[in-house]
Amino acid sequence: MTFKNMSEMKPGDRGTIKKINGTGNIKHRLIDMGVVPGTVIQIIKYAPLGDPIEIKVKNFNLSLRKSEAATIDVEVI
Amino acid sequence: MSDKNIERISIVLAGNPNSGKTTIFNNITGSKQHVGNYPGVTVEKKEGEATYNGTKLLCIDLPGTYSLTARSLDEVVARNVIINEHPDLIVNVLDASNLERNLYLTAQLMELGRPMVLVLNMIDIAEEMGIQIDAEKLSAQFNAPVVVANGRNNVGTTEILIAIAEASKTANIPTGSINFGTELENKIAELLPLVEANERITYAKRWVAAKLIEGDTDIVEKISAVPGGSKIVEKAIAIRGTTDLDEIESSFQEARHHFAIEVFNNTVTETHKFASSKSDKIDALLTHRFLGLPIFAAVMWLLFNFVITIGAYPQDWLEQGFGLLSDWVRIVVPNGQLQSLLVDGVIGGVGAVLSFLPLIVLLFLGIAFLEDTGYMARAAFLMDRIMRGFGLHGKSFIPLLLGFGCSVPAIMGSRILDNPRDRMVTILVTPFMSCSAKLPVYTLLAAAFWPPEQGGTVLFCVYFASIILACIMGIIFRKTLFAGETDPFVMEMPPYHAPTMKAVFMHMWERAVLYVKKAGTFILAASILVWFLVSYPENVEYSQDFDGARDQITQIFDQKSDQIMMAMGAISNEDKEKVTALVEKITATAEKHKAEIADETVVQAESEETNAEGENSLPSENPTADAIAAADEPLDTAAFIKDTNAMHIPTAFDSIKSQDAKQFNVAWTIYQNEQVRDELIKVVDEHQRSEKVSQSYAAQFGKAIEPIIEPLGFNWRIGVGLIAAMAAKEVLISTLGTIYSIEADEDNNGSLQQLLQQDPNFSPLVAVALMAFVLVYPPCLSALAVIKRETNSWKWLAFVFCYENVFAYGVALLIFQIGSAMGF
Repeated sequence: MTFKNMSEMKPGDRGTIKKINGTGNIKHRLIDMGVVPGTVIQIIKYAPLGDPIEIKVKNFNLSLRKSEAATIDVEVI
Repeated sequence: MSDKNIERISIVLAGNPNSGKTTIFNNITGSKQHVGNYPGVTVEKKEGEATYNGTKLLCIDLPGTYSLTARSLDEVVARNVIINEHPDLIVNVLDASNLERNLYLTAQLMELGRPMVLVLNMIDIAEEMGIQIDAEKLSAQFNAPVVVANGRNNVGTTEILIAIAEASKTANIPTGSINFGTELENKIAELLPLVEANERITYAKRWVAAKLIEGDTDIVEKISAVPGGSKIVEKAIAIRGTTDLDEIESSFQEARHHFAIEVFNNTVTETHKFASSKSDKIDALLTHRFLGLPIFAAVMWLLFNFVITIGAYPQDWLEQGFGLLSDWVRIVVPNGQLQSLLVDGVIGGVGAVLSFLPLIVLLFLGIAFLEDTGYMARAAFLMDRIMRGFGLHGKSFIPLLLGFGCSVPAIMGSRILDNPRDRMVTILVTPFMSCSAKLPVYTLLAAAFWPPEQGGTVLFCVYFASIILACIMGIIFRKTLFAGETDPFVMEMPPYHAPTMKAVFMHMWERAVLYVKKAGTFILAASILVWFLVSYPENVEYSQDFDGARDQITQIFDQKSDQIMMAMGAISNEDKEKVTALVEKITATAEKHKAEIADETVVQAESEETNAEGENSLPSENPTADAIAAADEPLDTAAFIKDTNAMHIPTAFDSIKSQDAKQFNVAWTIYQNEQVRDELIKVVDEHQRSEKVSQSYAAQFGKAIEPIIEPLGFNWRIGVGLIAAMAAKEVLISTLGTIYSIEADEDNNGSLQQLLQQDPNFSPLVAVALMAFVLVYPPCLSALAVIKRETNSWKWLAFVFCYENVFAYGVALLIFQIGSAMGF
């Protein structure tokens, strides 16, 4: 079992969300969008300039900044 | 209300952004829509009507939201409509291909305890993806009817209407309930009796209790305002105890998600979770590591050319149309105050504005297309890294792009930014994005002072400069006034799909109507005000007797005509009468075929230069005196009289010429003589008009501020234009048009471009300074009003107004002073 924060993952990597470490608006926004512990995500790609990241979650695509992804702990599948 | 017998059902449409909610709304209501605002806030309120089976449906399209927290204005507005206006029915539109996340909102709508209808939209996409939804089970979970639909193809609309009609009769309240877990449930159970005991609380009691424990700021405020409410709020705080607010909110959110996941798992039988869809393939190209940005630049380039190049054609037609209308009014309405008001005030003002409508329509067509296809989110994704560098958000790109259309929706669009700091920075730099009303000012000046082939470059430079300015100011604002944490970027990337023409056109239509409404009322009023300021006071004191001067010139030329007739042998009264009649005919023909004759004589114009006072000669101290002196010069009959057979006469006169070639020769010479006379009289007229205008209220005002704007190279005319353009930028053109066309003669309705070129106070350098000033100084009053409402503060409005004026002055001053020093 490998734990990583999401910003360390490579395109194509999949994993289950374990914990969201952030606070305030960023954390609540992530949860509202379905980024909740137990959800499986997949890294789709990084933007041409290296940031933000596009991920697939709950059958839809979501983009978030690397700094935001860094607050999410993921168990890599 | 007279039609009491007609049953009315009020419904609200709720759903996630990109769930196709607005498409369903359009399908239900058709064209019976009205766009307004929710009172007190700037969230757009879309209302529509529909009639089904004799029942009237009053329909509100709520803002698209993912959740119903107090963290975003849209979410608060959406839920307030539901809990305060008590609609008969909530129609929750869900994206069937993305049901799990969509059910999270449904869970929260259920908590509000109002009858619901669930619409599983985009069912075709879901089926394509292998998602099968058990609608009956879903219906049972929420105790609400479920309708399957495909809004894009207008499938399921009737079924939705039937379900609405039935559900409004049964008025079933959703029975499902979210289990928040033992700890939270205990807390709710402790608070609930107090909420239930207070009869003044009309909202769903369990929801209120949960929200109070959660610490929802809006509900805390609302309940505190209810008699006996503050006690409940205090109790809620006591129950919450030492639990961290952030933690407790997350726990509630997660419980709602678990509920949604449970419903999802119970109703959806099959999914292919990570199958690569067609949309992913398109995305791989459009956001490609190397190709993404060039494609983005190409898309923006296309958008721009689409708007400006194609827009030029209908723009031209409208301008010609208004020109014809002015001509018609001049014929129908007698010369005088009313004609001047209609032609120079009303038609001039509104015409100038409406002729730019095609640009706006095309721009919003383009923007609607980008939004509808899903590319707009990709633009934010591509641009975020760059935008962040300038203290902005990737999403700021969208309002900033809208800013090229109109500052008003752009400033309103900045609401998509949740963090007030990000929103404020975006609002503050949005006005630098040159709105389409500024565009005509640039195009006019560019066309007047640069050759056509350089016009595009000039425009490009202006827009480029505006973006640079926005970037610099963004950094400055972020580092000074808005230092601190940034807003989450977290944003949905909706699947790509071909836009439905209906949706794109409705969006475009909506925006066009808003623009015209603004143009029709606001700008008309401004045009009339400006016309008044320029045309009054009516009686001014002139420096000399202009009527006398005109009479004098006419007399001299009458004598010259006699001289010519004499020299050419038309001596008898009969001959004279014949010639006079011919001259009248020639004059009438010349008037009628003005355009063709002008085209035909352009080539000869230089060789046949008459001795009239040249229009482009340097301005004289007293043009009237000069004109009289020119008239007084004796006629050199030998040089003046030419044989018409030896020269080119425009073909329009052929029929007159063929009647009597000899007398035509005389008449033509007299006609030439009268042309010279008219030129001189025109000089006198212009002199008189300019004296009148320079004593008008507008000029008095413009002259008062002239010392302030003189260092920028601006004269009083520009000053008046800039002040009038505070109302709206496009007024600058109509104002300059009004000032100049009143100065110009009826026969000299040359376009404003030419008039600007002829104004000795204007130069390319002044034009650059003016473009810079227009670029920076405050957007129209409407935009200022929106800023006031978005920031909800007079202080911010005053700040925006002052900083932009001062900044504009500074930039224009630098340009003009440095440019002058460099000898431009």
